[in-house]
Amino acid sequence: MVDDATPAAENPDAEAARAAPMAWRGSLRRFVTLTAGPIVAAFLLSAVILFLVGVNPWTYYGYILERSLFSGLGLEQTATRMAPLLFLCASLIVAFRAGIWNLGTDGQFLLGAVVAAATAPLLVGTLPGWGVLLAGFAVALVAGALWSIVPALLKAYQGVNEIITTLMMSFLGVLLASTLVKLAFRDPATTVPQTRTLPVDDRLPRLFDTSISSGLIWGLIAVLAVHLMMTRTAFGMKLRMVGANPSAASHAGLSVPLLTMATFALSAGFAGLSGASEILGVAGNVRADWNPAYGLMVIPLVFLARFHGVGSIVLVFFYSALLIGSESAARRLGVPQDFTLVLVASLLICLGLGEYIDYRKQKQER
Amino acid sequence: MGGLLTEAFLSSLLTGAIVAAVPILLAGLGEQMSEKAGVLNVGIEGMMLMGAYMGFLVAFQTSSLWLGFLGGIVGGLLTALVMAILCVRMGLNQIVIGIGLTLGAEGLTALLHHFQFSRTYPRLPAPERLDIPGLTDLPVIGASLFGRHPIVYVALLAVVVLALLYRRTNLGMTLRAAGERPAALDVAGGNVVGIRLAAVLFTGAMAGLGGAYLANIAAGLFIPFMTGGAGFIGIVLAMLARGRPLWVLIGALIFGAALSLTTALQVAGSTVPTEVIQMLPFAAVMLVLVLFGRRAKLPSALAVSYERGAR
Repeated sequence: MVDDATPAAENPDAEAARAAPMAWRGSLRRFVTLTAGPIVAAFLLSAVILFLVGVNPWTYYGYILERSLFSGLGLEQTATRMAPLLFLCASLIVAFRAGIWNLGTDGQFLLGAVVAAATAPLLVGTLPGWGVLLAGFAVALVAGALWSIVPALLKAYQGVNEIITTLMMSFLGVLLASTLVKLAFRDPATTVPQTRTLPVDDRLPRLFDTSISSGLIWGLIAVLAVHLMMTRTAFGMKLRMVGANPSAASHAGLSVPLLTMATFALSAGFAGLSGASEILGVAGNVRADWNPAYGLMVIPLVFLARFHGVGSIVLVFFYSALLIGSESAARRLGVPQDFTLVLVASLLICLGLGEYIDYRKQKQER
Repeated sequence: MGGLLTEAFLSSLLTGAIVAAVPILLAGLGEQMSEKAGVLNVGIEGMMLMGAYMGFLVAFQTSSLWLGFLGGIVGGLLTALVMAILCVRMGLNQIVIGIGLTLGAEGLTALLHHFQFSRTYPRLPAPERLDIPGLTDLPVIGASLFGRHPIVYVALLAVVVLALLYRRTNLGMTLRAAGERPAALDVAGGNVVGIRLAAVLFTGAMAGLGGAYLANIAAGLFIPFMTGGAGFIGIVLAMLARGRPLWVLIGALIFGAALSLTTALQVAGSTVPTEVIQMLPFAAVMLVLVLFGRRAKLPSALAVSYERGAR
């Protein structure tokens, strides 16, 4: 993270190659400074803030753990919540490895969710169950990807910084999603503006005897597929080349604009799928004011995992537990859920500090 | 929608445009300074929010708007200090830390507001105004242009001062050098890290002031997440203004008008859902980026941290 602006510059493979000759003590030290240390520090820093506003951090953290990991129902909810977060990880891994800052996943997510909720209930009865779900995911994919087309064109052909364009499109997308629910896809049978509801039997099947939605499986597949695509295929290699050094990629004969467009489409498409997974798996409909705003929160997880698929999955599990626990704590302990924002921010900052310490250490050794 | 073009409607539209323009003008001017010096400040949204919260809190406790503005500046400065240490001094990724600061400020202000006021949103008394005799009495434009809180004129003065600073002084050149060729500035004996630190802190102060204006004057109360992207619009203004403070002002007025149309249409009783109207300012930003995005001129060392002797 030090000394470079593009996310793809911290190529984990290159880091691994540098770290290879080191003894296991070296890699243990790096694990502590880069992963374990920042997580512990972030929880401590947030504990101080909790303490300052008059909440006992021990009780709060204890309650979250008990609620999300040490109870059967909590664990099932945690696993179910992982699905949309995993799709978002897939979205960000593609973008960040290709050097694109897609900060507009919130808008892409919600539009995907809304079109899936608008389409799926209408098809029940005309298509078989798997067909309904497939159609829902397909329209969400397209909607998400379409919403990124303006930032993609501007970035690929005009060189306009995508940070701002994706953020602006995200604000627009969130508002558009709500408008669509109110004006176009509203269920006439309800008083609260919301879309038609997909019956529980037609949603994604549950796993075995639990309440865990099978969206979890598809999310896991998405992250692993993206990871393999980016690290093991020629196409992924091309995307990473564009991310690491666009002019070198161009000299090597790659079509940088087309690959940039492909990155946006993939990343935004996965964000759309994420929205669909929440609707087709859990919620069944979209209310006009619904916006979980997962998008920016997943960024630190993906960074902490160094854009690695398996690492992201592990972190998503813990983050999901945190979400479930803090939602419950908001009701029971009176600590607003906004506290998770503080925790995520502390995590980002401590992560940065860890990178800095590691960078200094490595420089000394060289 | 009958009386859309009445004098009262136009006057409130103009008033609204100016009230909405001031926070994004201040944010845009601040962002421009740090972008000139080579720091892309994505945390500006968080700095504004922190300024809004601190500004409101101080004004509410002391019942002095001027102390409130001071509080807002301090809030923005404190947030900017974190950014300055992490991104300029330590050279961490400016975008990641910027997002972190924005998320953190959102969470922290919402948390503090909750534990302080629970679910109530106390209001400040209406602000005093600087009436300019004669001009304030003009129809339509009078009250909207010349009957504003003095801080509005401070913001306008800042445009002039900054324009002179960038064009006429050594400091202005040093700032540009820090953003364009930091290594050259270093060789010439300039202090790259020092000037960037100062620029980031200035951004924080301006954003904090803008946030305090938003809470204390424009709204009269603090609501969590109340900036709603104003800081990001400030970044766009700075990107498109190509280093000229005057263009930040022009842009701020255009977006201010779009923002105020939002409120004015709602007041006029339009039947369109509020979300459609709320899209206007963001749609305006996208339109401008599509039309003029290519012409945005950014410093070549933007978002690249400086370390002496690095490749």
